This record gives sequence, C-alpha cells and structure tokens, in this order.
Amino acid sequence: MNTSAPWSKPASFWQTLSAFDWLYAVLLLAGGIFSYQRYAGYMDIYEVGFLFGAVGVFSYLGWRWSGIARLVLGVAVLSLIGVYTYHGDLANGSQSFLLKFLLSSQSAVMWMNVLFVLAMLTYWLALFQKSAFTAKVATALTWTATLFGFVGLMVRWYESYLIAPDIGHIPISNLYEVFILFCLITALLYLHYEQLFNTRQLGGFVLVVINAAVGFILWYTFDRHANEIQPLVPALQSYWMKIHVPANFIGYGSFSLAAMVAGAYLLVRHNILASRLPALHVLDDLMYKAIAIGFAFFTIATILGAMWAAEAWGGYWSWDPKETWALIVWLNYAAWLHLRLMKGLRGTVLAWWALVGLLVTTFAFLGVNMFLSGLHSYGTL
Amino acid sequence: MLKVSVPLSQRVYELLSSMRFAVSLLTLLGIASIIGTVLKQNEPYQNYIVKFGQFWFELFETLGLLDVYHSAWFLVILLFLVISTTLCVIRNSPVMLKEWKTYKEHVTEKSLRLFSHQASLAVNQPAAATQARLADFLSAERYMFKSRQQDNGDVLISAKLGTHQRLGYIFTHAAIVVICFGGLLDGNLPFKVQELSGIKKIETRDIPSRKVPEESRLGANNLSFRANMTLPEGERDNVAFVRVRDGYLVQELPFTVALRDFRIEHYPTGMPKSFESDITITDPELSKPIEATVRVNHPYIYKGIAIYQSDFQDGGSQLKFKLWDLSGSQDGFDVDGVVMQKGALGEGDHKMTVEFNEFRQFNILNLSIDGKGKPHNVGPNTTLKLRNASGQAREYINYMQPLQLDGRAYFVSGMRETVQEEFKYLRIPADDEMEITGFMALRQTLRNDQSIRQIASEIAKQMPGDNAPLKAQFEQSLQQLMQTFKRGGYSELSKIIESAVPEAQRDQAAQTYLKLLNTTAMQAYQMSRAQRHLPPAPQDQATAVFIQDSLNAMNDLFFYGTPYYFQLKDYTLKQASGFQLTRSPGQFWVYLGSVMLVLGIFAMFYIRERRVWILIKPVRQEVLLAMSSNRKNMDLDQDFARMQQQLTTLLQTGQAD
Repeated sequence: MNTSAPWSKPASFWQTLSAFDWLYAVLLLAGGIFSYQRYAGYMDIYEVGFLFGAVGVFSYLGWRWSGIARLVLGVAVLSLIGVYTYHGDLANGSQSFLLKFLLSSQSAVMWMNVLFVLAMLTYWLALFQKSAFTAKVATALTWTATLFGFVGLMVRWYESYLIAPDIGHIPISNLYEVFILFCLITALLYLHYEQLFNTRQLGGFVLVVINAAVGFILWYTFDRHANEIQPLVPALQSYWMKIHVPANFIGYGSFSLAAMVAGAYLLVRHNILASRLPALHVLDDLMYKAIAIGFAFFTIATILGAMWAAEAWGGYWSWDPKETWALIVWLNYAAWLHLRLMKGLRGTVLAWWALVGLLVTTFAFLGVNMFLSGLHSYGTL
Repeated sequence: MLKVSVPLSQRVYELLSSMRFAVSLLTLLGIASIIGTVLKQNEPYQNYIVKFGQFWFELFETLGLLDVYHSAWFLVILLFLVISTTLCVIRNSPVMLKEWKTYKEHVTEKSLRLFSHQASLAVNQPAAATQARLADFLSAERYMFKSRQQDNGDVLISAKLGTHQRLGYIFTHAAIVVICFGGLLDGNLPFKVQELSGIKKIETRDIPSRKVPEESRLGANNLSFRANMTLPEGERDNVAFVRVRDGYLVQELPFTVALRDFRIEHYPTGMPKSFESDITITDPELSKPIEATVRVNHPYIYKGIAIYQSDFQDGGSQLKFKLWDLSGSQDGFDVDGVVMQKGALGEGDHKMTVEFNEFRQFNILNLSIDGKGKPHNVGPNTTLKLRNASGQAREYINYMQPLQLDGRAYFVSGMRETVQEEFKYLRIPADDEMEITGFMALRQTLRNDQSIRQIASEIAKQMPGDNAPLKAQFEQSLQQLMQTFKRGGYSELSKIIESAVPEAQRDQAAQTYLKLLNTTAMQAYQMSRAQRHLPPAPQDQATAVFIQDSLNAMNDLFFYGTPYYFQLKDYTLKQASGFQLTRSPGQFWVYLGSVMLVLGIFAMFYIRERRVWILIKPVRQEVLLAMSSNRKNMDLDQDFARMQQQLTTLLQTGQAD
C-alpha cells in the first residue's frame, strides 16, 4: 500500500500549529502567569478563571485566525509601552509626548476614531474605483483603528487604577466605554467575514454603523466629558460584568453587521451598485452567519445577565425594562432564524427584517437607557 | 377528488404545533412585553390616578396593564408558548432522532442522479480497492458510514457527518419548556389561585405586621417568594413583606434577622462605594446565632432563603432644628425631631403637625452652572411635611449646609404641594459667616415698624440740601415703600406702581423703587449688625449682592406656604437597611434550561450536517458522488466542490500496489 494518501489528508488540529502559533500561546500564557503573580490580590477566584480562560480563548482565536494573534501582540506591546511610560503617575499622561499624542487612553481612542473615519472613506473609494489596492489599504486602516481602540481600553484600565486603587476597574462599565467596545467588536467581526468570504466590498457599509458609534463617542466626549473615568457603583462591582458585557456586545455587533449587510442586499436587489457588491447569495449567507453568531452570544449574554441579576437584585428575572427589551430582541431574532432555517425563507423579507432588527436592537441598547427607567440605569445620557 | 375530513382534534394539534403558530406567539409575546416597559409597572395606584385620571386607571387595571407580566392574559400567552413548543418537540423529535441515527442506505441511483450536488467520476481501479480507499478517505474526514452491496453488484457507501445538529433542535426547544417551567415555579400562580378561591387576600391597611390577619399571611413553608424587609439598626424581625398591587402580604420567615450595623462607604467623589449590613440570624434550630455580612452582589443564603442587600433608608435619626417663626419677630428656637415621627406646632387655628419623613446624610448633586462640572456631596438634607388643621400638607426639603449656586452660598429649601410636582426652591443667602442669622436679622429689622421709621429718617437725613418739607416727604415715601414690601413683596410694589404711575413711566418708576428699596435694606442690614454688635458690612459688591438676594428671598417667602422655616442644625444618624429575601426553587430549572439552550443553539448553528453517498459501479468504471445537507447554503457548495476534487484525485491515481 502506498503510505501517503493521494488527497490532502486532514491533519489533526494540533499538527496544523506552526512554531509561531506555539510561541504566541507561550507568550500569552507567560503574560497570564505574570499578571496572576502581580495582581492576584485584586482578583477573586472567578476572575483568575477568566484570566486563564482568556489565555486559552485568545490562543485558540489566534491559532485559527492569525490576524488576531498579530492584533493581540500589537495591543500587548503598545499597551505595555503606554503603561511603562506612565511610571505610575497619572500626571505623565499630559506631559510625556508619547502618552499625550499616542498612547494615553484618550489619545489612542481619538486615533481609533480618526482611523475608522478614514477606513470608511477608503472603503467607499475602493468600491467606486474598483481598486483592490485601495481596498487593502482600507482593511489595514481598519486593523490599525482596532489596534488603537484596544490599546485605548487597556491603558484606560491601567489609568483607572492610577486614579486610586479602589476606583480601578475594567473599562466596560459605562456608555462611553462600551461604545468603544462596540466599535472594536463590530470591526473584528467584519474583518473576520472579510477574510472568510474574501470580499472587501462591504467594508464601506459596515463602517457606517461603526462610524455612527464613533460620532456618538465624539459627541459624548466633547459635549458631556463622558471620557472621564468614574468609579463603579456597588451594583456593578462584580466579576459577572467581565463576561456579561462583552458577550452582549458580540451580540449587538453581529446584529449591526447583519443589518448593514442587509442594506447592501436590498441595494443589490434594486440593482444599485449591483456590479460592485458581492452576489445576492453571498450577502444572504453572510447575513445569516452574522445573525447566527449574534443570536448565540446574545443568548449567552442574557443568561449571564440573569445569573448576575440573581446575585445582585435577588431574582434572575425582574421584568426590568432592559431585561424585557433583551427578551424582545431575542424573540425578534429567534423568529428570524425560525423563518430562515425551518421555513427556508430567503431574500428581501429577511433583509428588511434584519434592517428593522437593528432599530429594535438600538432601542434595547440605547433607547431603554434614554427613555425608560429601571434597574439598569448605569448608562444614562 | 376525494375529500378527506380531518378530525378537529387533529387540526388543533396541527395548528398548535405549527411553526406559523410558534412565530406568531413569539411576536405576540414581544409586543405584550413592550407594553410593560412603556407603562411603568407596579407603581402606587395613586400615581396612576393622578397621571391618567380615574377612567384610564380603571381601564388599565381591568386589562391588567399595571402589572402586565403577572396578568392572567400574559400567563396565557406564555402557557400557549409552552404548549406550542412542547407539541413541537413531541411532533418533531421522533423525526429528528430518526435523522440522527439513520444512514439513509436505501436511496436509489435514480434519485441520487437528481441531487443538486452530484457528480459522476471515472475510476480506474478494481472495486474492492476503490472501496477501501473511499473508506480510508471518509474515516479521515470523520464521516461515519455504512457500505452495502446491491443486487446489481454496485456498492453504495452511505456516510453522515454532524448529525448531532439534530439534537440541537431537541435541546433548544426542550430548554424553552424547562425554563418556562422554572419560571412558573417561581411565579405567583399558587397565590393567584388562592386569591381567586378566596383563601388569601391582600392587606391594604397600614397596620403592624403582627396584626395582619391570617388570610394575608404566607407561611414559612411557602415554596417560592420574593419579599422585602426593612430593619433599623439594632432591631430584629421574622417577617418580610410581599408587595401585591396596591397592598401587601406578610411572609413569615423560619428565622429571625437582626441588623447590627449598616455602613455606606463613599469614593472621594462622594459616589457610594459599598453598602454593607452586618446581620445576625437566630433560629431555634441553631446552637448559636449566625453572624454574617450582606453586601450588594454578595447575598447570604440560609435555609434556602437568600438575603440580599437591596436598599437603605433612615431608621429614625434624631434631628435638631432651629425653628424660625417667620410671622413673628423673635429669633429662632430649638426643636427636636425624629425621622418617621410627628410633632405639633402652633395653637388654635394655626395648629400644624410636622411629619419628619426622611433624612439623607449624603446628597450627590451637580451644582455647576452649565451642568458640566462634577457632582459632589452637598451634605445632609431632610424632608418634612407640614400639615394644617384641615389636613392639607406641603412638603419641604431642607439642606443643612449652604449650597454653592452661581458662585454664592445659599440655604436652600424646596417646597411642593403635591407629590407629582417638582420642588420649587427658596434660596436664602448665607451671610459672611456662612450663617442664616444675617438674613433673619435683616428681615426682622426691615419688618419692624419702629426700625422702618428709623431707617427712613436716617436715609432722608443723608439727602443733600436742606429743603425740610422735601426731606419729610421723602421720608414718608420711604416708609410707605418699606411697608408695601413688608405687606406683599414685589407684586405689592408693582400694584402700587400700576395704580399710581402712568404706563410710560412705570419702568423708570420701578427701577427707582427697587433702588430705594435696596438702599433701605442696606441701612437695615447695617442697623441689624450694630444691634448684634458686629462691625458694619463693607460697602462692596458682595454686600450689595447679599442685600439683593435677601430681598428676593423675602419676596419668595410670600410663596413659601407656611410661616415656619426648619433650619437643620445637627443630627444623630440611625439608618435602616432594606433587604430582599427570596426563595426560588425554579432557579435550578431555569439554569438547567439555559445550559441546554446554549448547547442546543451552538449545535444547531455550528454543527453542519452532511450526508454523502458514493455509489461504486464496477461495470461502468464509474463512481457516483452525491452530497446533501438539511441546510442549503454556500458551505454545502464549497464542501461538495472540495470533496469532488479530492475524490477525482483519489480515484484517478495509479493502481494501488
């Protein structure tokens, strides 16, 4: 018998890992152990679990998608430089050149904002030029914006501890911070699909929703000075926040992405930009995949929220407006998925539905905080 | 055509277990849920009546809109959702399980050739070798498969991959049923039944808990409840309260909780950092009491009942006031009060009761002019109600320390006549020693008839020239001016102007009057300071502003509603901690269902079902490849293309040795 199979035999997962992959994982683990040794005193048992869980999750993500590995390493290097440059004194943020113009959380977030705007313009330019090179530039800009956004959050995390050790907390606790998180997660989801479907034509669409968030961040910063770090109210001082909030924003990000793709779908349906955008069946598939992943994570987020509520408010479900609207969003996409998967419905109706779904999602995310009062009153405008 | 009549039960079953029905229910549930977020739920009934009026209130109440999520019709929707989902599971599970197990070995060649994803591949090896290679290939690709020799000598390999996806369906749908079951266990259905059958009744009277009759009490063996308990420091209780509509029920506890201490910690910004209660649990079954600390996010669980830190309020702090009787002219006198207790004031027709409703030690306010500055702690305040003989009450909120508003310091007191109104604020300027005394002394001087005459004469004396009649006339009008202001403030002044001055000159006259009023007030202030053995106030901008603010405050006092100003001077804090106590047997089921739901969703989305048939036809040296999936999408196209390409290579390679 010939020993080598004539087809490319699927290698086992571990065999596919390169030397770089192993180096990456070892670096992550070393970072995890270092953080544990240094900061174990600030963490409870669950948070230690999250720390090493994050090592595992980001190793896996980096192995499966090298872009993530490069991003994680880039964020680590820049954040460490930023943290180091502070020398443990917040005043350096406005004195050190590097911090003031690049790496302090405020500057890094501003770079993120600028780069997202540029990325959107470049994607649209690429779409009209039909230029592959311009599109590649847009992708690079999006990656860089994401890099700066994460550096901004990381450095902000450190800055919060510099204000006072008991004020320090993970920067996903108010509207300003989660809007940054929203931009970053949506961008990463988009970049993932960009690679998976090998198409850069949708960047202009997805970055519209990201830039809407950027606009909000700018208004929130300059008009309301919301960028100042605030301490946590007692209800938010819980390890649950570290998993509930990111899971929620993977959901929100995916639903927004799906809505933007749905917009592109409807344009192509009406023969607008049809020659420049991906084919209908590609858009349809992308829309489904985004909603599927969003639904899965939104479900997890809602369940984690319920578990947190059981610990903080004394009941896993209180019919608080935020909870109720989370349920409405969930029901909305559950119905969407039923029609698509079970009934096999495709096309315009589902695209419109996904687009309207964004309104429902936005209301659950923002509207509830603005118009309805309840237990979730952390992010008021 | 032959018409087959379907029995009704069959049609109902079909409808209830149909997808159409399920999606309609999801939509209906969504819409029903929205109502409850738009209309504030479980408010005191009085609030609804004031806001919407009697008619709408009654309509809302009848429709159950004031507590949507516990109303009968909402429960019916949920019930239908459970029925629909259950029937869905019952109806589809056998199919799903069959699909999960089967290899579908009985497809015919003819049907395979009709597949949308099928290809005919040439082969140049003997059938046995081909079969062996395909078996290797499929195993490597993790397919499970069965081979079958057919009558005509062909071999059909039926393979499947990812059929666990089918279990995802069962998991997700069963999860919904399990979660709803858990929710039902924790719902108020048992009480609703007991209420409808007349066994239980809600209590609406404000009476001590031990006097609440049996029909409004829930036993300690109650399986599921969510109740509240407020304990002042140093006190104990063994009952909690369940709020129902406009009344409550008393929930008996199988133990006693005592509050030893309640603590609030603050950040430097004044924001609360932690709420903690030290409690002691006593129970005859315990050899010694349990001491525990409950804080937000960290409940304490005993006997299956979780005790949560939920809120806090005043537990009867002692307050010391200086009470200023604004109708008289004497100085303020000392008055004591206890939060949540009452006191009496005045005599005869002027008799009033004062209810000390609340005391807050910390108040975080943003007082910056443009609202962009940082909020900070402005110190304690107290809320009290002054009720006159006929029962009408006004509510006051008084801050202990002067607040910095627009760069100046004021003693602030809010007043409102009904709970729905916003407070209207009286601002009394603090004097140069940050006291209220400067204003009070000025006011008394400016309202004293003897002082009024004196002030008028002093100012008239300073008038240049020596036209005596003119001076006398001036003195006279100054007295009148002050008397008018004393009678009714600015509005009384403007009445005088309107009646005496032609329209064209009114603005100018008003300005002159105000200027003179300021001059008299300045004189009064200096006099009052001299009486109090204080040096004269400097003639500067700060004093001028103080005088103007004082006149404004005197004017506003005409709208203050009562002749009493309670100035909070000191307090001894006694806090009460609010707990929520829950017993929730459904929680286990809800969490179990949640885990099933997540597993099911991931199985449904991320396990891709693939079925592959490979028909080896030795006679025609042909291999027929067909692939299908329960979901037609791009992944299937790609997988098929990949497999077709791999098999082409595999089957075309030279003879195996």
